[in-house]
Amino acid sequence: MLSAQDLHLTFNPGTPIETRALRGMSLDIAPGQFVTVIGSNGAGKSTFLNAISGDQMVDRGRIAIDGLDVTNQPVWARAQRVARVFQDPMAGTCEDLTIEENMALAQQRGLRRGLRRAVKPAARDMFRERLATLGLGLENRLSDRIGLLSGGQRQAVSLLMAALQPSRILLLDEHTAALDPRTADFVLQLTSRIVADNQLTTMMVTHSMRQALDVGQRTVMLHQGQVVLDVSGEQRARMDVPDLLHMFEKVRGEKLSDDALLLG
Amino acid sequence: MSLFSLLGALEIGLIFSLVALGVLISFRLLRFPDLTVDGSFPLGGAVCAVLIAGGYSPFVATLAATLAGAVAGLITGWLNVRLKIMDLLASILMMIALYSVNLRIMGGPNVPLINDPTVFNMLQPAGLDDYWWRPLLLLLIVMAAKLAMDWFFSTERGLAIRATGSNARMARAQGIHTGAMVLLGMAISNGLVGLAGALFAQTQGGSDISMGIGTIVIGLAAVIVGESILPSRRLVWATLAVILGAIVYRFFIALALNSDFIGLKAQDLNLVTAVLVTIALVIPQLRRKLAARGR
Repeated sequence: MLSAQDLHLTFNPGTPIETRALRGMSLDIAPGQFVTVIGSNGAGKSTFLNAISGDQMVDRGRIAIDGLDVTNQPVWARAQRVARVFQDPMAGTCEDLTIEENMALAQQRGLRRGLRRAVKPAARDMFRERLATLGLGLENRLSDRIGLLSGGQRQAVSLLMAALQPSRILLLDEHTAALDPRTADFVLQLTSRIVADNQLTTMMVTHSMRQALDVGQRTVMLHQGQVVLDVSGEQRARMDVPDLLHMFEKVRGEKLSDDALLLG
Repeated sequence: MSLFSLLGALEIGLIFSLVALGVLISFRLLRFPDLTVDGSFPLGGAVCAVLIAGGYSPFVATLAATLAGAVAGLITGWLNVRLKIMDLLASILMMIALYSVNLRIMGGPNVPLINDPTVFNMLQPAGLDDYWWRPLLLLLIVMAAKLAMDWFFSTERGLAIRATGSNARMARAQGIHTGAMVLLGMAISNGLVGLAGALFAQTQGGSDISMGIGTIVIGLAAVIVGESILPSRRLVWATLAVILGAIVYRFFIALALNSDFIGLKAQDLNLVTAVLVTIALVIPQLRRKLAARGR
């Protein structure tokens, strides 16, 4: 399980463009729980995710995964416990490498990389099997460069890759935002399936309130670097987008501008 | 062009194909623009020549030269990864530092190897002329280097290096210590170049401080010429392509310099190189344009 306590992070401290991205952010996620994270631009969603993955080091606070303090570990050291799918479909895969090489990299996530063959025949069969479940015909293109695939295809493969090696937490950073609506829908369904099949502890950042309520078991709203709303169970099940919006206004005591949130 | 100068061109082409393999690792696989090569090539030559002249076995000398090259690459990588100096600048710093280091190692501007043992004359079978034997042994060495590279970069560790060059952020997210991979890749790259320098000193009768000038341009020329002869992203083909590139490049140079009617002399070498690289860079563009018109 994931435990983030009182995280603080300020960009460009002491300069005119100083940004206090995290201001005492705390969040605990139970094993196997799927949490969606929403918030307006600049609320600290991506920064929070980057802090968990190790892409950003926090100024203050403590991050523990399964009771192990990882606050000072760099990205590569946390990778054994953290899997991640980026917003940009190009960011999560190596375009110069083939589909099977990319999957082999992910299959080895967090393990020692030695002088054994990277793509083993048995693994190749398993990759083919997993790719076939996507229904995109990629199972016949194992040795194609992944750069030849569309954004949606690459994002789907990234999701498969995230589940190839057990992880304690899966981070999804608006991973459907750069896709067209149909592909986004496909990738979202795939996400739910993979998370359920592998019982992954998951944190998904999204821009869409609709998505935030439809997917997962718990919804967290961030504002100005803090958690301002945390709903789950019965309360969440009865909620709709306007309720969420209303609650947000009540909590913050201010009116949201129209462009601050997408009501997709 | 005589058979003699043809074999001579093949010999130098094969030596520089080791440089080209090194440049392929740094520039293409790691995307690290590395000019250390201009220093690690004569470093290999210097270490090898000094050790042979000091009575050491040429095999030990060649191995030591390879390791010296690897250490040079390691330091360039360290300057970049740990001290956060921009990659190109880190390699330029290393390159000029090595100029002094090489002079120190040799104790002067050159170390001749006239009647000393070399890996070539020690292994030479009886009844085979040296101008045949040298390219033959070099061909074996280059092929062994190519196969070793093909193998290594298909292992888990090798793939981690390629991932680091292709998408470092993704590589880190997969648990790859990208800094260590840059160091390892740079060491292998410059180790190959150091080996090339050692073999060059042993075929050319000694080591000279100026033998490194333009090594990076020749290596890069070989990579670019190779890629336009045999365009492929698969590593097995890419390694073959740069070897062919180095040889073809050397043949063109020999041809240009040996053809009296063109009137080129040895001092025109760098100009010819620049023209050849320009042509090799333009060919893919022309090819694309022609293909677009044919459609």
